[in-house]
Amino acid sequence: MTSPLEAVGRVALAQVQGMGRMTMFLGSACFWACLPPLKLRRIVRQIHFIGVKSVSVILLTAIFTGMVLGLQGYYTLRKFGSEALLGTAVALSLIRELGPVMAALMVTARAGSATAAEIGIMRITEQIDALTAMAVNPMKYLVVPRVIAGVIAVPLLTAIFDVVGIYGGYLVGVKLLGISSGTYFSEMRNAVEMSDINGGFLKSLSFGIIVTWVCTYKGYYTGHGAEGVVKSTTEAVVLSSVLVLVWDYFMTSLLF
Amino acid sequence: MIEFVDLHKSFGQQRVLNGINLTIPHGQITAIIGQSGSGKSVLIKHLVALIRPDSGQVLVDGAELGQLHGKALDLVREKFGVLFQGGALFDSMTLFDNVAFPLREKTRLAETEIATRATQRLEAVGLADMGHKYPAELSGGMKKRAALARALAQDPAIILFDEPTTGLDPILVNSIHRLILDAHKRFGFTAVVVSHEIPEIFDIAQTVALLHDGVIVECGSPEVIMTSANPVVRQFITGGSHGPIRPGPGSQSSSP
Repeated sequence: MTSPLEAVGRVALAQVQGMGRMTMFLGSACFWACLPPLKLRRIVRQIHFIGVKSVSVILLTAIFTGMVLGLQGYYTLRKFGSEALLGTAVALSLIRELGPVMAALMVTARAGSATAAEIGIMRITEQIDALTAMAVNPMKYLVVPRVIAGVIAVPLLTAIFDVVGIYGGYLVGVKLLGISSGTYFSEMRNAVEMSDINGGFLKSLSFGIIVTWVCTYKGYYTGHGAEGVVKSTTEAVVLSSVLVLVWDYFMTSLLF
Repeated sequence: MIEFVDLHKSFGQQRVLNGINLTIPHGQITAIIGQSGSGKSVLIKHLVALIRPDSGQVLVDGAELGQLHGKALDLVREKFGVLFQGGALFDSMTLFDNVAFPLREKTRLAETEIATRATQRLEAVGLADMGHKYPAELSGGMKKRAALARALAQDPAIILFDEPTTGLDPILVNSIHRLILDAHKRFGFTAVVVSHEIPEIFDIAQTVALLHDGVIVECGSPEVIMTSANPVVRQFITGGSHGPIRPGPGSQSSSP
């Protein structure tokens, strides 16, 4: 019979081992990404899957996020007689925080879950073993194109999210609540600096790595059978989302 | 030539291979028979280093796989074609692309040459008109044939068949066995067939090895196996419920 202390120790060791394996996985992906040949077609296919196919969900969530920001921002700012700053509030919220975070969460939900499930199914049906047996490196074939595609697609989706979100705030603030269009945009231009945009861009880059890294890892080391794939897909989505939010805090405290 | 020397492999507390010594003759069809769960698939997965031994040696044409990594290991793997138990066809690709895959990844052949060779291999397994279909659209027997076409694509010197007839009806079992025999005559590879199709496997194999309790109990021609006085061999061949073999997957011998 094991003592409670032993049980805690075993869990702690398993967690540390898991974190080590995840780090080694990312290191391995980076190593293979640096070694030629990189098959461009495979990367483009993943950019299409992660990026292009996520555009509709990004457009939809961005417009409503911007509209909510416009609505909430307007009523809050009105208490201080500062409605003119609505454009600034919406733009800074989106560019610094909500754009990168929401885009990453949407990519996790749409493409990340699918990636974890696809690679997980490949694992349980021996397709990854088949790649290895053919002397095709599964890391280079399955993981590297997805991580590179994430690094390219997530910042682009974030840029779309920011622009569409600002337009959503404009629809509510200007068209619905009557702020002048000039005020909305001129205040925004005065307040938003290049460092804000750079910060948001750096965040989205790192989120692109986090989402593709976690989701490919969870799929790659999936458990047995359909239940294993379900579990790894759920874990991929939960862990990616949590890591995005945790990492966002550290990035914010460093960048702004 | 392939050789296993005192091969041991355990998974946790479960000892699967307990000192395997076996030589696979060059250019012949060798069948490895044994109960379900006796470690036959584990044994042949050592040949392409999908599983690494705890101790002992796996020698392929004199090269000890345990000592090989990276490109040197890939060179050995390229000698093999593997037909996995479930086929392990890439379900996102058509049959044609599945067969062409190893050629595209591992050779510098022109696309026209790849197309010619993939079509020839599909013809050789009787799937000439099925190249445009996806694995999900095929029956179990057709999947096995397609997997054989893929295994044949690179003209490998050795082909591993991991239970190629599991889940097929007796007519299809004979048809797949005939296909293996025909392909062996036509392409001249060394074949290692994991099977528990008794007595059908004796019709195609030149050498048969019985794996039980983690060791090779008997190895020889089908005639030697069929006339063996070893009680384990006799019980396995006759399928009797009384004897040293306990029924059930991965069972251990009842003798001490």
